[in-house]
Amino acid sequence: MAQKLYITTSPHIHCGDTIERNMRWVIWALMPALLASFYVFGLGALIVTATSVLSCLFFEWFITKFILKRPSTLGDLSAVITGILLAFNLPSNLPIYMIVIGALVAIGIGKMAFGGLGNNPFNPALVGRVFLLISFPAKMTSWPVPAGFATSYIDAQTGATPLNLIGQIAGGNTAAADQLPGLGDLFLGNIGGCIGEVSALLLLVGFVILLCSKTITWHIPVSILGTVTVLTGIMWLINPVLYVNPLYHLCSGGLMLGAIFMATDYVTSPMTTKGMVWYGIGIGFLTVVIRYFGSYPEGMSFAILIMNAVTPLINNWCKPKRFGEAVK
Amino acid sequence: MNTFKIGGVHPEPNKLTADRKIETLGLPQQAVFPLSQHIGAPAVPCVQKGDSVRVGTRIAEPGGFMSASIHSSVSGKVAKIDTIVDASGLRKPAIFIDVEGDEWEPSIDRSEKLVLQSTKTREEIIECIKNAGVVGMGGACFPTHVKLCPPKECTIDTLIINAVECEPYLTADHRLMLEHPDEIIIGIKVILKVLGIDRAVIGVEANKPDAIDLLRSKTSMVSGIEVMPLQMKYPQGGEKQLIEAVTGRQVPPPPALPANVGCVVQNVGTVFAIYEAVMKNKPLIERIVTVTGQDVKKPCNLKVRMGTPVSQLLEYAGGMPEDTGKLISGGPMMGRPLLDDTAPVVKGTSGILLIPAKDAARKQERNCIRCAKCVQACPMGLEPYLLATASESSDWECAEENWIMSCIECGCCQSTCPSRRPLLDWVRLAKNRVGGIIRARNAKK
Repeated sequence: MAQKLYITTSPHIHCGDTIERNMRWVIWALMPALLASFYVFGLGALIVTATSVLSCLFFEWFITKFILKRPSTLGDLSAVITGILLAFNLPSNLPIYMIVIGALVAIGIGKMAFGGLGNNPFNPALVGRVFLLISFPAKMTSWPVPAGFATSYIDAQTGATPLNLIGQIAGGNTAAADQLPGLGDLFLGNIGGCIGEVSALLLLVGFVILLCSKTITWHIPVSILGTVTVLTGIMWLINPVLYVNPLYHLCSGGLMLGAIFMATDYVTSPMTTKGMVWYGIGIGFLTVVIRYFGSYPEGMSFAILIMNAVTPLINNWCKPKRFGEAVK
Repeated sequence: MNTFKIGGVHPEPNKLTADRKIETLGLPQQAVFPLSQHIGAPAVPCVQKGDSVRVGTRIAEPGGFMSASIHSSVSGKVAKIDTIVDASGLRKPAIFIDVEGDEWEPSIDRSEKLVLQSTKTREEIIECIKNAGVVGMGGACFPTHVKLCPPKECTIDTLIINAVECEPYLTADHRLMLEHPDEIIIGIKVILKVLGIDRAVIGVEANKPDAIDLLRSKTSMVSGIEVMPLQMKYPQGGEKQLIEAVTGRQVPPPPALPANVGCVVQNVGTVFAIYEAVMKNKPLIERIVTVTGQDVKKPCNLKVRMGTPVSQLLEYAGGMPEDTGKLISGGPMMGRPLLDDTAPVVKGTSGILLIPAKDAARKQERNCIRCAKCVQACPMGLEPYLLATASESSDWECAEENWIMSCIECGCCQSTCPSRRPLLDWVRLAKNRVGGIIRARNAKK
């Protein structure tokens, strides 16, 4: 027998899944929403998304090469996703230097400072977004209105988003209800807001892609959306004049984007299905609380970051159902 | 269709040899019999260098209650009692026999005739099985006579026949069912008599419709034996998973046994061996081995005498391909790698699998991205990522608290991991350590 043999313990076969495969599917699943944003916000969406992705790639390359002195990790595509998700959480008229700062914070502080992919406790894109929100509150909270393949960028016309209006209504200004767009426009995405969050329909298409490719399971998105529906539904039933129909909540702001793409980030979400459900309920609850009682119109980013912090505890508390446990 | 509830994976079945009839492999020049072919104490040789033996002569006796006899599968002279590296990768004592002719012990019934009835009592049957050196043929090699004597306090109501063969590539059990269904059914009746019960369920995965149909037609007139098709999912052939799939009962964590939930599980190959031992007075000297692999010229199912070197099986299958990178005894999910092709076929060798060099090496390990796919795949409801991390940092307490001793080492976690982490390697290490700690603690009490 001439040939040398490998000696490794079982299993000897692998299903072929890789980090890249999962990341690629997330990118594919983000594409429908990206197309919607081009349609709704035009050139600005393109500029912001491209800037964000390129800056994230650059900072990850720079940090691995010159600071960590490790082989490049660009190939795992996670920086591309961070870039897209960061852009999706920004208004389409944000100046370039702010986007670059956001990317630096997302990749540098949010991810690489902890040791790169797999070690970050918080969703990097959200770290970048919240940093920008606190640093540049005015620019970060004025959203362009839909303009249909517009070529304007910084000078885009801005206006109130559905979430602003929902907040005003809850605050007693019931006249604002007249300005609320129809549910159809909300669902399709013909509304103002951050780049990637406008079209609930196309975000749901992305959800189906993620489910069919077995990239994520349904637990986190469904528990978040379910919790928001139930809580806002109760408030609506109590006082339909002040509190809008839960469907408005589901289709407005970053809820869909956050529930489907941000909260499901592998690294920062719980490991067991039971844990995922509790995590989703927590995010849904905090989102509603911040939307109705906080000083920001949108609570999704904060809700996810807070629940990211709770994830290690959830992992400790929520154990899978062990085989044979029930009959002990 | 029934299956187990928690976890599981769907590897490519790759049953290349499902249509290949069982062929009989010729005699080796020298047969080698390791003394540890089963779980428990090694057997003790009862022959010496220079002794003449026949086919079926006992050459080693059980080394304790949890042990099994070993019989010569060839006739000839004992050349030496020495050591050999077996599938565990360790050097173990073994009996070497130079083959001369093919002379059988006269007590063995070598005819093809089916023996339907036996007058043996329960005790005589168990003695017969014990004397024939029968062990579990599915791979674990648990001495069968021990398994047929469940603890007195347990009430057994169901005999489950494991005909799942969920390991990819392997078809030895499948072919056995197609070619020897009558023997298997008689074997089942023998076991039912030993256990004193009247219900047996043959669990077969749905990818073997021919075997399901054949066994169904054979058992249609037999009361108490049911053939149950099961949804395809690995590791359905795991004892605990199979019991759950068939009866819906979950065996509690170790040290509980299947008997605690009223079940005894026997592999279909073991049932055949029991038939031969009880009805034909033939000890366990042969078994069916699937020789297979993507690049094997002539993949086949062979009836092989125990002790035959693997090289002879490979020769029959068209030789070892140039690009072979790994030689496995057993299936791709739980099989053991062989150091070379001189290893002998033993009681637990269900298959010889050749993996091409391009698929043999492990890929570069990367950071855990906490995708939770290992948690979803684990059929025991464990958290492989956590157990592996605990093991890496020698945190045995954490590993024990998180049920590490329940791990059945099926490999679902590692075969699923997108970061290619060697999860099961770490879990095995921790299992070994935690097992030692538990034994030490119990000894102190």
